[in-house]
Amino acid sequence: MGGVQMGSGRDIAAILIVSALLMLLAPLVIGTYTLTLLVIYGMLALSLGLIWGFGGILCFGQAAFFGLGAYTYAIAAINIGESTLPMILAVLVPAGFALLLGAMMFYGRLTDVYLGVITLVVTLILFRFINSTAGPQYTIGTARLGGYNGIPGFQTLNVPGDPDAYIWGDAYFYVCAVALVLVALLVTWLLRSSFGRIALGIRENETRASLMGYDVAARKTVLFAIGAGIAGLAGALFANWAEIVTPALFSLGQSAEIIIWCIVGGLGTRFGPVLGAAGLAYLKFLLGQQSVLDNTLIMGAVLVIFVLFLPRGLVPAIAALWQRATRGRGRRAASLARRRRAEVPYG
Amino acid sequence: MAEIVLETRGLTKRFGGVTASDNVDFTLRARELRCLIGPNGAGKSTFFKCVTGLHTPTTGEVYMRGQDTTGWAPHQIASLGVGIKTQVPSVMDALSVQENIWLAARRFMPVAEANRRTRDMIERLRLGALARRDLGQLAHGERQRVELGMVAVADPWLVLLDEPAAGMSAEDVERMTEILHELNQTTAIVIVEHDMQFIRAIASTVTVFHQGRVLMEDQVDKVMADATVRNVYLGKAA
Repeated sequence: MGGVQMGSGRDIAAILIVSALLMLLAPLVIGTYTLTLLVIYGMLALSLGLIWGFGGILCFGQAAFFGLGAYTYAIAAINIGESTLPMILAVLVPAGFALLLGAMMFYGRLTDVYLGVITLVVTLILFRFINSTAGPQYTIGTARLGGYNGIPGFQTLNVPGDPDAYIWGDAYFYVCAVALVLVALLVTWLLRSSFGRIALGIRENETRASLMGYDVAARKTVLFAIGAGIAGLAGALFANWAEIVTPALFSLGQSAEIIIWCIVGGLGTRFGPVLGAAGLAYLKFLLGQQSVLDNTLIMGAVLVIFVLFLPRGLVPAIAALWQRATRGRGRRAASLARRRRAEVPYG
Repeated sequence: MAEIVLETRGLTKRFGGVTASDNVDFTLRARELRCLIGPNGAGKSTFFKCVTGLHTPTTGEVYMRGQDTTGWAPHQIASLGVGIKTQVPSVMDALSVQENIWLAARRFMPVAEANRRTRDMIERLRLGALARRDLGQLAHGERQRVELGMVAVADPWLVLLDEPAAGMSAEDVERMTEILHELNQTTAIVIVEHDMQFIRAIASTVTVFHQGRVLMEDQVDKVMADATVRNVYLGKAA
């Protein structure tokens, strides 16, 4: 953002320095247990930020992939008893599911509204289905699905190859934080690659992209699956943090929250969704400790205020301010404010 | 005779009871420049859309370099090396001129070559000063020019243009004509156009459409002199 080109050496150095500083300083202010959750939500928001902000795919069911990742991890961990393979499966299963769902939607040439409806309905179906699996007949291997009770008591994250060396507490926070940094770097690299640049082109104009000879449906499907894989990883990390998975992971409230994180943080940026997620989740955490004001009321107010006064979100607004401060009265400030302008990588 | 690059046989497209394109046989050879003209509703745009894959013909076939492309999706047809420009400027507004052209080039070549070709094309279009500007900030004529650049950068062997001169200033049209002539050295071009001035300027063979059918096909001057064409197309007063 600002004057720094995405994916340049300076940009990557900035990501590494800022995240290292945050990893050092944030635990001094907020407990690592809470911080871990903020990091996980940040990753989840980034997954939607990628496909929505850069691919133009508004998915109302990102929680479905999050929940699918968490359940995949829990079920695989019970069956396997070691966490490495379950972590990998927790990425692959949601990605595979998204590949099928995406192919159906994008090759079916569904427009935005129907895409939203279908992803929403899929989330609902998963929620209802998992809720109804309380009976003992619903098992996968040795794991009982547990219905509304969820699945507790699975093997949590361990040092690869050593099931007794659990990673928990402060160490688990650093694992999650490093995972988020790696995902952010992956997203940066992806957006800088030809694939990412073409994805941006498709977001801007699907017809033109197909007249250029790009298979829009295939490319959107792949991007959708990558987003789902990231959401799945966040889900697995969440399962390890909560040490239980429940159908609430698939809830519509969860899906809506991810969308709000992206809007508040700033769509079409890499860090906006992460910031939005961490900020709002922490606000929710603080609000949860008092009973004077209703939690959802305040979250609703925050969303309304952002949509009205900072429609492009926090990060683009800060970036515009920064640009104005450093370059005097920015020539492009007016047009920047007018249009949804994403950070665009140059060759 | 040069190779046939585009051919339609009995191409028909019906929308309900309306036959927009009626049994059109059309042949275009390599490095030919052809204009499709006709009054509104003559079926030239429908014909164009059937050829480019935006519509599927009701009956009849489309062949490109001998390959049956009937019913193909636009991206499959474009992948053959066919450059397509639709009637409404279709560009990527939030991306720069450079990025727009680069994306078109990248489909057919590796990154380094796409970078080089993009630079060359921007120079050829005389858009150097605007290379980093977003398309959304450009004037209509400049946007049209960029879109033409997007079509041309990938070295197509067939270019299909729907009203490229629409809404352009005289100066823009002149530059467009120049670019098209240059392009025509290596590729066959089909232009759907209303503007007779423009058609005269590029002096090509003209196919006249009327009521979904091909009325006649000849040099532009002969077509203009033809009494029937003057009646259906230019109106009796002209």
